[in-house]
Amino acid sequence: MEFRRKHLLELQGMSREELTLILDTAETFREVLERPIPKVPTLRAVTVANVFFEPSTRTRLSFELAEKRLSADLVSFSAATSSVLKGETLKDTARNIEAMKVDMVVIRHSAAGAPHFLSRCLAASVINAGDGCHEHPTQGLLDMMTLRHKFGRLEGLKVAIVGDIEHSRVARSNLHGLRTMGAEVLLCGPSTLMPVEAERWGVAVTHDLDEAIAWADALNVLRIQRERQAAGLFPSLREYHARFGVTRRRLERAGKEVTILHPGPINRGVEIESDLADSEFSVILDQVTNGVAVRMAVLYLLAGAQGALQGS
Amino acid sequence: MPEQKVKAELIDEQGLERTITRLAHEILERNRGTEKLAVVGIRTRGAPLAARIVRKIEALEGKRIPLGTLDITMYRDDFRRKIPMVRGTDIPFEIDDMNVVLVDDVLYTGRTARAALDALMDFGRPATVQLAVLVDRGHRELPIRADYVGKNVPTSIGEEVQVRLKEQDGEDCVLLIAAEEGK
Repeated sequence: MEFRRKHLLELQGMSREELTLILDTAETFREVLERPIPKVPTLRAVTVANVFFEPSTRTRLSFELAEKRLSADLVSFSAATSSVLKGETLKDTARNIEAMKVDMVVIRHSAAGAPHFLSRCLAASVINAGDGCHEHPTQGLLDMMTLRHKFGRLEGLKVAIVGDIEHSRVARSNLHGLRTMGAEVLLCGPSTLMPVEAERWGVAVTHDLDEAIAWADALNVLRIQRERQAAGLFPSLREYHARFGVTRRRLERAGKEVTILHPGPINRGVEIESDLADSEFSVILDQVTNGVAVRMAVLYLLAGAQGALQGS
Repeated sequence: MPEQKVKAELIDEQGLERTITRLAHEILERNRGTEKLAVVGIRTRGAPLAARIVRKIEALEGKRIPLGTLDITMYRDDFRRKIPMVRGTDIPFEIDDMNVVLVDDVLYTGRTARAALDALMDFGRPATVQLAVLVDRGHRELPIRADYVGKNVPTSIGEEVQVRLKEQDGEDCVLLIAAEEGK
């Protein structure tokens, strides 16, 4: 099939064929990353702007590496050191970047919908690298790629997403992507961190971690956003760990092997026991490697589609 | 899709078998055996052709030869005109100091061979790289020539040379397809 999208804004609404194409393409890029010279000339003459209005280490490095591995030119921008501090609007920032003849914009923003807004005012392709509590599509894709590697399939796989669902864009992208690919999803977390619309998503919800572990093939453990702690959404980190912390003891009690994913950065000893994060159950470092491959695939397909759309 | 008009059958099934046998002999002769010899097929139809050549050489010499497959999509110079799907490269051996024979079905402008050379060099530094093609139809746009040619076929630019292989197309033959009207 041909990839005909100009932007990657969210996984919600993407077809199984589109997601499969991205995942298959990412597999070939994973092979590129293992070559003696892990670089291809494919995106020579394509310029990408990485526009990060929120702090990010992993995602920004991963995108930068993906762009460099594809031989794209890149410019990076972070709000903390930019004219945003002088009051420049998102639209003006973006249009200035585009006036510098940028082909693609990778954006992270604290406001949900910021990438959608940009996609309407720019000619460049826009990739959402996380927008508020909405979506983080490349993280969803790399999680799916990691699960597909581990289990050989997504169809029928049972994945429990554990933690702060309410504020998690990772949870939303995983939910939409996994369900489209035929996986079953269970949401598990404290009721104060469970969105009210969760029931409308048509997925099962539990507040009992042991129940989730007993059911799941894989646990996608979300980061507890310590900054939310001030809002009193759960009594204390210690109590959170006692009820929703994934520990080796819980896994042993369930008497089964469960694969553990985490989008990082990890709060060791809070949402996951430190030792478990480095254990044989964890695929966290695979996720990081797959992240570069998935982002290469997305950049590749969008650049190709953009050329074709301009040609047509 | 308009029906294709076959102008001529350039190579039939038996002819293809004989051509591959001859290419295998030529490769062996020029490389003085199989020492440090490796064969890499360019996707898509170069891959099964390379596998057939390797089977012939192995049958003749009684020795195993490293076989790989190269996808050159990421090295094309027309990426932004088409949307090529990447299919993956598999070179499960070290190419350093090897005599690598690249195999493709048709040699035309030379751009595929150029991309294949770039792609191969990212895997190491072979001692030599040789090019084997089933059909050389001319019209080169780059200074590239093949070391082994199954058949030289003078063509006009609008014509198409279509290689059909059992592994992918269910039959073995090489066809010359007529130029479309107005081309």
